[in-house]
Amino acid sequence: MATDYSSYRVVAAKHPWRWVGTAVVALGVLAVAWSLATNPRWEWGVVAQWFTAQSVINGLLETLKLTAISGILGFVLGFILALMRLSASPLLVSVSWTFSWIFRSTPLLVQMLLWYNLGYLYEKISLGIPFTDVRFFEMQTTTLISQFAAAVLGLTLNQAAYSAEIIRGGILSVDQGQLEAAAALGIPAWRRSTRIVLPQAMRAILPTAFNEIIGLVKGTSIVYVLAYSELFYTVQVIYNRTQQVLPLLLVATLWYVVITSVLSVFQYYIERHYSKGAVRNLPLTPLQKARKFFATHAVANNRARSL
Amino acid sequence: MTTAATATRGLVEITKVRKSFGATEVLKGVSLTVEPGGVAVIVGPSGSGKSTLLRTINHLEKVDGGFISIDGKLVGYEVRGERLLELREKEILKQRTEIGMVFQNFNLFPHLTALENVAEAPVVAQGRSKEEARRRGLELLDRVGLKDRAGAYPRQLSGGQQQRVAIARALALDPKTLLFDEPTSALDPELVNEVLDVIRELAKSGTTLIIVTHEMGFARDVADTVAFMDEGQIVEQGSPEQIFTNPQEPRTRSFFSKVLEPAFNI
Ligand SMILES: Nc1ncnc2c1ncn2[C@@H]1O[C@H](COP(=O)(O)OP(=O)(O)OP(=O)(O)O)[C@@H](O)[C@H]1O
Ligand SMILES: [Mg+2]
Repeated sequence: MATDYSSYRVVAAKHPWRWVGTAVVALGVLAVAWSLATNPRWEWGVVAQWFTAQSVINGLLETLKLTAISGILGFVLGFILALMRLSASPLLVSVSWTFSWIFRSTPLLVQMLLWYNLGYLYEKISLGIPFTDVRFFEMQTTTLISQFAAAVLGLTLNQAAYSAEIIRGGILSVDQGQLEAAAALGIPAWRRSTRIVLPQAMRAILPTAFNEIIGLVKGTSIVYVLAYSELFYTVQVIYNRTQQVLPLLLVATLWYVVITSVLSVFQYYIERHYSKGAVRNLPLTPLQKARKFFATHAVANNRARSL
Repeated sequence: MTTAATATRGLVEITKVRKSFGATEVLKGVSLTVEPGGVAVIVGPSGSGKSTLLRTINHLEKVDGGFISIDGKLVGYEVRGERLLELREKEILKQRTEIGMVFQNFNLFPHLTALENVAEAPVVAQGRSKEEARRRGLELLDRVGLKDRAGAYPRQLSGGQQQRVAIARALALDPKTLLFDEPTSALDPELVNEVLDVIRELAKSGTTLIIVTHEMGFARDVADTVAFMDEGQIVEQGSPEQIFTNPQEPRTRSFFSKVLEPAFNI
């Protein structure tokens, strides 16, 4: 007869190196925190004073506005470019390819300055019938392309070139059999893309797309070259006046950290949404885990008390 | 053997179909007729063009010569006087709703539940109401024995269950004919029968079935016609008895002597 082990006590496996690693990291974190808190040169008082100042908040809103507008426009344009690139038409393919090639091979800084100085190259911009004198609309380039327009143009076109590749990669990662099955069922082409392919492509697109958007949040700081008063330009103006360089850079940094953190939470939940069906069972969210932890421990405590 | 006599729709006529990929001719003038409600089984060695033939039937693959018709209506073309006009995408999609297809590796949509997989096409391809599609979807899942798994995603189902959902999905469009491309060859042996049983049921229901399979026992059981394909041609066709017990062509004989040996004892 086999031995009955049910009365034996289970001893968990030991992981000594895990403990060593944890200790080393904990020490490092402690050291950094200590220096941040105790070194008076960080001037935390100044940081606190400027963190919610009206001018800083205005700059922050401009940063958010730029990110949102050029992020959304960039991804919409990128989606169209990706579809063009995957289409059967050689013309659409080469237009899309050339677009990505140009905008990925020129520095964003140069593009931005070029847009802002477009008035130097073309004095007027007009909309009409080519090769005739018919004009529906005509304007001085410099009035049309403000700092804001130049910033949005530069960021959007640049973003579109990168997101086109990300979206194309996502679409290519979906099994060809999916399209075939959908076509065999008589599902129309547009519906095949939006209902069958895109939701599956999203799993490959999202991590890189959020990388891009987070990059864009900080990338907007490049528009300081246009003297556009977003977050980074605003703190520069302030520290040039007050000479409190480091605390003010810290103010900007902390805000970027806040935005990135919020975006990361969004990312977690959106990715989770699109992993439906891709993993056998969805893991619990941190909130659900916490709730479960407290629920089980509350039960344990009650039991302990009632004994 | 089946109730072919009572079925009135689903006459499939394949006439001298040719298809090449580049320089290699994969189908070299294939002809095959399946009566309404009939069950045709296609067998043959790997690479002989069985899958390609099935894919031409619902126009996933364009033919280079010959033609295919269902109930007298050409697949993929329209007769206009003396000319054949190629149908537009929209009309081809409409034709495909009359021809269901079940794939070797299921090709279920992994991000949709079993019921959503079944109810998607009737709504977007046939314009039925969501409510109706859902109700009918549940009926069909019940028919393949999976009513209680309606809310499960494909990855939460076994291979056999996935293939049964795929069959329900093809049935949801109420097709005249159903094409099966090796429906059990991606399955573990113990799961094969649950899928074959569902197909046996269908064979009795009066839907025309064209099945590519390596399950010879099943083929013998369910087929009205067995066609043996080799190198892009139908070498021999006839009743199961004829083909399995008394093949005429040497190529058929040598194929069966290889595949039937240990597994198939009469
Ligand atoms: N899209 C394609 N391009 C080029 N060659 C192809 C293509 N599809 C199929 N073929 C070739 O056509 C031939 C027939 O292929 P098919 O898939 O129809 O064979 P099959 O009889 O279904 O084989 P199996 O039993 O292995 O599934 C093979 O030689 C294959 O390599
Ligand atoms: Mg095949």
